[in-house]
Amino acid sequence: MSDRLSVFKTYKLYVGGKFPRSESGRVYEVTAKTSAADAAGQGKWLANAPLSSRKDARDAVVAARKAFGAWSGATAYNRGQVLYRVAEMLEGRRGQFVHEVADAEGLSKSKAAAQVDAAIDRWVWYAGWTDKIAQVVGGGNPVAGPFFNLSSPEPTGVVAVLAPQESSFLGLVSVIAPVIATGNTAVVVASEKFPLPALSLGEVLATSDVPGGVVNVLSGRTAEIAAPLAAHQDVNAIDLAGADDVLAKELEIAAADNLKRILRPQPVDNADWSATPGTERLTAFLETKTVWHPTGSLGASGSSY
Amino acid sequence: MAFEYAPAPESRGNVDIAPSYGLFIDGEFTEAADGKVFKTVSPSTEEVLSEVAQAGSEDVDRAVKAARRAFEKWSALPGSERAKYLFRIARIIQERSRELAVLETLDNGKPIKETRDADLPLVAAHFFYYAGWADKLDHAGFGPSPRPLGVAGQVIPWNFPLLMLAWKIAPALATGNTVVLKPAETTPLSALFFADICRQAGLPKGVVNILPGYGDTGAAIVAHPDVNKVAFTGSTAVGKEIARTVAGTRKKLTLELGGKGANIVFDDAPVDQAVEGIVTGIFFNQGQVCCAGSRLLVQESIHDELLESLKRRLSTLRLGDPLDKNTDIGAINSAEQLARITALTEQGEAEGAERWSPACELPSSGYWFAPTLFTNVTQAHTVARDEIFGPVLSVLTFRTPEEAVAKANNTPYGLSAGIWTEKGSRILAVANKLRAGVVWSNTFNKFDPTSPFGGYKESGFGREGGRHGLEAYLDV
Repeated sequence: MSDRLSVFKTYKLYVGGKFPRSESGRVYEVTAKTSAADAAGQGKWLANAPLSSRKDARDAVVAARKAFGAWSGATAYNRGQVLYRVAEMLEGRRGQFVHEVADAEGLSKSKAAAQVDAAIDRWVWYAGWTDKIAQVVGGGNPVAGPFFNLSSPEPTGVVAVLAPQESSFLGLVSVIAPVIATGNTAVVVASEKFPLPALSLGEVLATSDVPGGVVNVLSGRTAEIAAPLAAHQDVNAIDLAGADDVLAKELEIAAADNLKRILRPQPVDNADWSATPGTERLTAFLETKTVWHPTGSLGASGSSY
Repeated sequence: MAFEYAPAPESRGNVDIAPSYGLFIDGEFTEAADGKVFKTVSPSTEEVLSEVAQAGSEDVDRAVKAARRAFEKWSALPGSERAKYLFRIARIIQERSRELAVLETLDNGKPIKETRDADLPLVAAHFFYYAGWADKLDHAGFGPSPRPLGVAGQVIPWNFPLLMLAWKIAPALATGNTVVLKPAETTPLSALFFADICRQAGLPKGVVNILPGYGDTGAAIVAHPDVNKVAFTGSTAVGKEIARTVAGTRKKLTLELGGKGANIVFDDAPVDQAVEGIVTGIFFNQGQVCCAGSRLLVQESIHDELLESLKRRLSTLRLGDPLDKNTDIGAINSAEQLARITALTEQGEAEGAERWSPACELPSSGYWFAPTLFTNVTQAHTVARDEIFGPVLSVLTFRTPEEAVAKANNTPYGLSAGIWTEKGSRILAVANKLRAGVVWSNTFNKFDPTSPFGGYKESGFGREGGRHGLEAYLDV
């Protein structure tokens, strides 16, 4: 083998279906996690990742809002097909993600492969939920009167997702997929230390029939990006998985200003994501709409229908 | 010619209001630790009905401790036993419904025909409904043996005092929680009568604690470190404050807040039925309803015809003694609320909206406000944006269904909406696009214990009623 010089990749954000740099022009160094020097930042240099600004966060919200109408209005079957397509695309780029996850999290190749495989399977799992969740959590209500009464789940809107800090890919997928499966759109803040798998996921989503703006991926300092998202009046909900307790409380207070739906940090966030999840992350970002209509009563005297 | 109605007052004889009431803590009526009391008046006459103990933070602590002690046994009871307590409560409410209806009308000011025919039947139904869930929680879709949360702190408003209590207490007890509930300061009496019902039902002490008081009492309940669940119905501003208070804790929160519901009338709607629905939507309970249809969106082509019918109908509404069985419009709940309605309507006029009320004589004492329409209203007007919480309807127009939806959704609220049209596909299409938790089509202001109720956006989160309503009180 010759000592061919490899081609580096410039990692970019994924916003509105495009791959911009941070509008701030800033980057930060991403290093490999090693057992010894992780904290000191002395791991092997991997790449420069965009250091997103609050303006990037706002741009991402605009993109997510713009995408919400069509994505939430798509049929559940269609959304399921699109999510499944993500799994297909990932399967083809499995090697790349194994490599990135191994570097990021300091895992052996086989352990990293297990994470990536589980992440691909998770897309498939959530793909199957898109056209079932409404039947599980919605339904007709037997009201005491001549009325048809139906409760249906609807997506909350634009959801800010702070991806888990430790699980750079399986954790990431486990928080994005449930949000978009039900028709929400997402602004995702990647793991601060391990953002590369998230930025690469943007490339997969761009080629998976996921409409631009449905998922937007930002890298940088979680606290810096999350603060404007939590305070943003056009964000409807926030998943605090990637926030520590102090940040989570600050963000929850900011989020109260327009009564965002909050998913507080969960025990799983810094732990093992391999177990099959429940429906909690789906239902956390759903609203229940209940529609009434008179049924009339055929044959009854005085009926107007 | 005008038909005169003879007075037809409901008797006050079947309700015995004591001159004073204590707090209900750990199964006993007790005075407030600092001895504070406040008066509750009848809004229709300003007559003082009773003097009620006012809970302070020491009392809140005592009540939470009592609820915590009671929680262990209550949550460990077989669901079937908890169910029977709730069935007992439901039955006793039915038995005493006439007494409670009169009491509620006296303390709140709403017409007896509403407390008799809407509030009380719904209160009993709500307890019946959740009673049945208590031993069936395994089947509710929250996994096997879902656990209760612990002590629920509940703060309720004055517009449907006993009904809001039922919405809060019935699901909380069915799922095995114990409660500390604060009724509104202007309407504490029915909650205190409910405490007596708990005693009649033999409910274990400490399972239900009732703490009358003002906002600071509610704030103390919400902030108490040993409360596991907070449920609030009231204004959006207070809801936001509560959300900030519980931030960073593990307290589960549900909020049912304000609204500015759009009632959309298309040109093919049956006008007479729509008019009845509009009247129900905004004048039920003097418009002091979070899900009121306070914005009428009428298709431009039928605006004049509809308004003429509506005005004619409003001229027949009877305002006056809430205890009179013929009364349609009762008293505003408090002087404070009346002042708020008055200020907002004056602002509406000042901003250029056109004001109209039917000829309507207001009683000389008490708090009263005539049914009021605003026409020539734009979306920028305060009366189209702010929740007035009174008998005030703002009329806007639209040309296309798309415009109707855009205007209906143009609010930070998202609680209710109405649609009036004969075209089924249009109902479904419009209902689908409305960002509101409850959509009434060709009807309005219908409630049922099996039907989940709650808002989108700044109208709050969580649902009350139905299977959905259990989630707020389960550790899921």
